[in-house]
Amino acid sequence: MENRNAIRAFIQKRVNHKELSDSDNIFKLGFVDSMFALQLVSFVEKEFSVVVEDDDLVIDNFNSVDAIERFVNSKVAGSVSSIVAE
Amino acid sequence: MEDEKLIKCIVWDLDNTVWEGVLLEDGGTALRDGVAEAVRSFDERGILQSVSSRNDFETAMSNLKRHGLDDYFLYPEINWNAKSESIKRIAENLNLGLDSFVFIDDQEYEREEVLFSIPEVRCVDAFDLNKVLEQVSTTKVTAESRSRRSLYQQEAKRKVHEESFEGDNQTFQKSLGLKFTIFEPSEADLSRASELTIRTHQLNTTGISYSEEDLKELLGRGDHIILLAKLTDRFGEYGTIGVAVVERTKEVLDLKLLLMSCRVMSRGVGTVFLLYLMQLAKKEEKRFLARFLKTERNRMMYITYKMNGFFVSERDGANELLEHDLEDIQTIPDYVELDAPDIEILEENVYAV
Repeated sequence: MENRNAIRAFIQKRVNHKELSDSDNIFKLGFVDSMFALQLVSFVEKEFSVVVEDDDLVIDNFNSVDAIERFVNSKVAGSVSSIVAE
Repeated sequence: MEDEKLIKCIVWDLDNTVWEGVLLEDGGTALRDGVAEAVRSFDERGILQSVSSRNDFETAMSNLKRHGLDDYFLYPEINWNAKSESIKRIAENLNLGLDSFVFIDDQEYEREEVLFSIPEVRCVDAFDLNKVLEQVSTTKVTAESRSRRSLYQQEAKRKVHEESFEGDNQTFQKSLGLKFTIFEPSEADLSRASELTIRTHQLNTTGISYSEEDLKELLGRGDHIILLAKLTDRFGEYGTIGVAVVERTKEVLDLKLLLMSCRVMSRGVGTVFLLYLMQLAKKEEKRFLARFLKTERNRMMYITYKMNGFFVSERDGANELLEHDLEDIQTIPDYVELDAPDIEILEENVYAV
């Protein structure tokens, strides 16, 4: 839930669209210019200490608050299980 | 100095480097021999200059003004901080990599301090100024290089506007009145296009350098199109800031190189050129391919492609062939006015070759 709030806050600061819901596709709504796309990736990497690999760079991982949260959770879970495996 | 990295910025110390003596001890009345000429020579070659000096800001600036040099230095750092910190701040303000920096100082201590903390900066003794001059003597003076400093001065004004602007980012972008123009180069434009392919590393898909002759040859072949882009806003012109080299066959538009100057990175116009080319491919009902060579510097460009819906079609180490299915092309941001050759006119010209 905490992750979700941070993601929502970051996006809302940029798009100035009050009725944005967590499932709204911010790419389809035309909010994402080239600069925002870069900031979004950099935000996810810094805020949640995850490494966004080249193959993670697909719109589906970043196109809504829901999608980003799902992506972050999967990355965090992935790194935890790899630590356990060691 | 056989280093091949381009020098993009020279940072000067002041006391006993730009002028004779120590300003706060009544020095500074005479410039050191050759300094004024060197500053002008670097300037017309498009090399930016700044100052890192331990001095009182007002006193030092007015002394530079007295010598007619104050206008040449961007983001001067005149304070009592470590010079390495000052140089990092200058690089940040100019948005240039530190490996393109030269630092000139008469004191070995200062040069060592900078070298220790930023080893990629080339540090030069003030007595070796001639070596730097020699190294840049082959750099051509062009209309573009002469105006480079003023472009950065405009940018400084934009920054002031941005920092004082109240409202969200999109409204700010709108307030700039951005106009993005895509055009076919005339022969006179090819030298600037070639220069961009050599100088630009961050927003560059493949890093291929094209000489003026290469570009001329490609244009003559008829199976390539070369397009350039320029940007203006209410503060002035950014000049020519983008190059696209596309191979165009019956079935495919194959983007060999797309680059944008880092000068426009923060303007959010990075995709406008790409979106235009995608629309062109879609209109011609062709596949749209884009070559990419990943380097340490160009990840931003890679993110831009992938976040626009490109997928990897082939991968060979750092080389990738990206493709877009053209079903869902993002719209051009509404804060940019696009002026581009009509796609059909472009087509006629090409086939007329």
